[in-house]
Amino acid sequence: MSDKAVQKNTSKKKKGQWSEVWRRLRRNKMAMLGLTIISIFILLALFADVIADYDEVAIKMNTSIRLQGPSKDHILGTDELGRDIFARIIHGARVSLQVGIIAVGIAIIIGGTLGAIAGFYGGKFDNIIMRAMDIFLAIPSILLAIAIVSALGTSMLNLMIAVGISSIPSYARIVRASVLSIKDQEYIEAARAIGAKDTRIILKHIIPNSLAPIIVQGTLGVASAILSTAGLSFIGLGIQKPAPEWGAMLSSGKDFIRQSWHVTTFPGIAIMLTILSLNLLGDGLRDALDPRLKQ
Amino acid sequence: MSNEFLNIKNLHIHYVTEEGTVKAVNGVNMEINKGETLGLVGETGAGKTTTALGILRLVPNPPGKIIDGEIFLEGQSILELPEDEMRMIRGNKVSMIFQDPMTALNPVMTVGEQISEVIEIHEKLSNKEAFEKAKKMLELVGIPGARAVDYPHQFSGGMKQRVVIAIALACNPGLLIADEPTTALDVTIQAQVLELMNNLKNEFNTAMLLITHDLGVVAEVCDKVAIMYAGEIVEYSKIEDLFENPSHPYTRGLFGSIPNLDEEVDRLKPIKGLMPDPTNLPSGCKFHPRCPHATEYCKENHPEDTEIAPEHKVKCHIYTGQVKPKGEI
Repeated sequence: MSDKAVQKNTSKKKKGQWSEVWRRLRRNKMAMLGLTIISIFILLALFADVIADYDEVAIKMNTSIRLQGPSKDHILGTDELGRDIFARIIHGARVSLQVGIIAVGIAIIIGGTLGAIAGFYGGKFDNIIMRAMDIFLAIPSILLAIAIVSALGTSMLNLMIAVGISSIPSYARIVRASVLSIKDQEYIEAARAIGAKDTRIILKHIIPNSLAPIIVQGTLGVASAILSTAGLSFIGLGIQKPAPEWGAMLSSGKDFIRQSWHVTTFPGIAIMLTILSLNLLGDGLRDALDPRLKQ
Repeated sequence: MSNEFLNIKNLHIHYVTEEGTVKAVNGVNMEINKGETLGLVGETGAGKTTTALGILRLVPNPPGKIIDGEIFLEGQSILELPEDEMRMIRGNKVSMIFQDPMTALNPVMTVGEQISEVIEIHEKLSNKEAFEKAKKMLELVGIPGARAVDYPHQFSGGMKQRVVIAIALACNPGLLIADEPTTALDVTIQAQVLELMNNLKNEFNTAMLLITHDLGVVAEVCDKVAIMYAGEIVEYSKIEDLFENPSHPYTRGLFGSIPNLDEEVDRLKPIKGLMPDPTNLPSGCKFHPRCPHATEYCKENHPEDTEIAPEHKVKCHIYTGQVKPKGEI
């Protein structure tokens, strides 16, 4: 092979594990549907200000147009205070996605670190950390979140912290399990044999190899975090009025559900679509990341 | 003395488990001079790999423990060194090639990154310089440098073992421990890899501890041989002496299990019996239950090293004159 051919070959071959995963994910139609829907929501959330002005359309009351059904001006209708529901949904998407992603981020960082330490060092560390996690797991996560929010007060940040903390144990368990299976691999021993420190072995060799289950759990976790947030907002412990939030919109719309179905239906559909698409994507990722299904 | 790189004295390594103590290594002595190759031969479970891990102080602990003995690297005792200094030895002064190249490379790092990792740990080079050096190492083992950006699954088994060799030699170690480096490869690739290792070893004047159960491999590359049985070195000699005059009944048994091109025999003569259970080693000479010449004396007395020729030591009562062999040894 000439030099040029080698060059070309290597640039073509330069696809790691992840491009392989992407190739497999692309073949899964349901996962791609999920990815498309969630991408649309993310785009809507990012450009929410361009599509509908926050103060003018999503917050400002206008009782003359209250509880109108879907029309040309308000494609999803208006709520009991005359605010455009579509605008509130896309601004609400910002809150929901942000809380969902950051809460999962908090849980992955704290839970992942604890799980990695427990799995890597074993023995006493493992026992102390995992028993503490077991105690956490014994409390229903939504109750734990309610307790934390009531203690800290209601704000978006506290909501993220509450939802994040209540899902720490599941990440700790997953990371611990995959660290346990990876730490006995020969390449970890090989890394020790070249003089690598524990931190280097954990960060450069173990974590990248245990990312797959964390990504799957994280994707599914964002969905349940959004659901928890909506739930907390529904009972008045989440995002405070007048800020738009899907759960809070459901909650305030429920009083008018007999005469104006659209006030509760559309936020509900938004929640449902987001959760569904994240779960489809998560399931697809799990299949794509499973080496046993490699073809 | 100044020429000596590794010296192991009376090394004992045990694995302490709830089911009992596995006596993996029992009083091993060996010396390797600079640039010399020592072959460590023995059956599975004879304690070869444990000895090798002991040199790097990487015996998994718990349950493994170095009970007794001393290991000197260039005259420096390494068993008392703090962990930090020990890390500077691993991969730098002493490096290791693992048995199975399929699992010894991290699947999510490019091979270039993995070679430059060892360089970054031990040499003060920037990422970029380390990567350049990694490419040079790859070319040294016969892989185009442009492939440094590829992942391990894009290489064949023989090429992966070359990458592992490149990692092991990247910091120009004084001692290379090769733990059955060719076992997982097919025969044609074995020859290539052995030749490559031998050439590089000579080029860098690296000493090598070659662990294998293949006497053919030993004959090809080693200067000295140690035959290991049940955690002990039962015969230790120069390569020529061993092949001309194998003395320990176990060594004889090993040779008897290999087909000989010059003689016509219908059946090979394997050593009867199995390796003893390392949690419950026999008394006296550990080989006596399988030895055709064993007597009551062997059952009760543990043989010591007997020098039957210069640099040819055997642990057997036949050579101390206590036991008469039954017929030809």
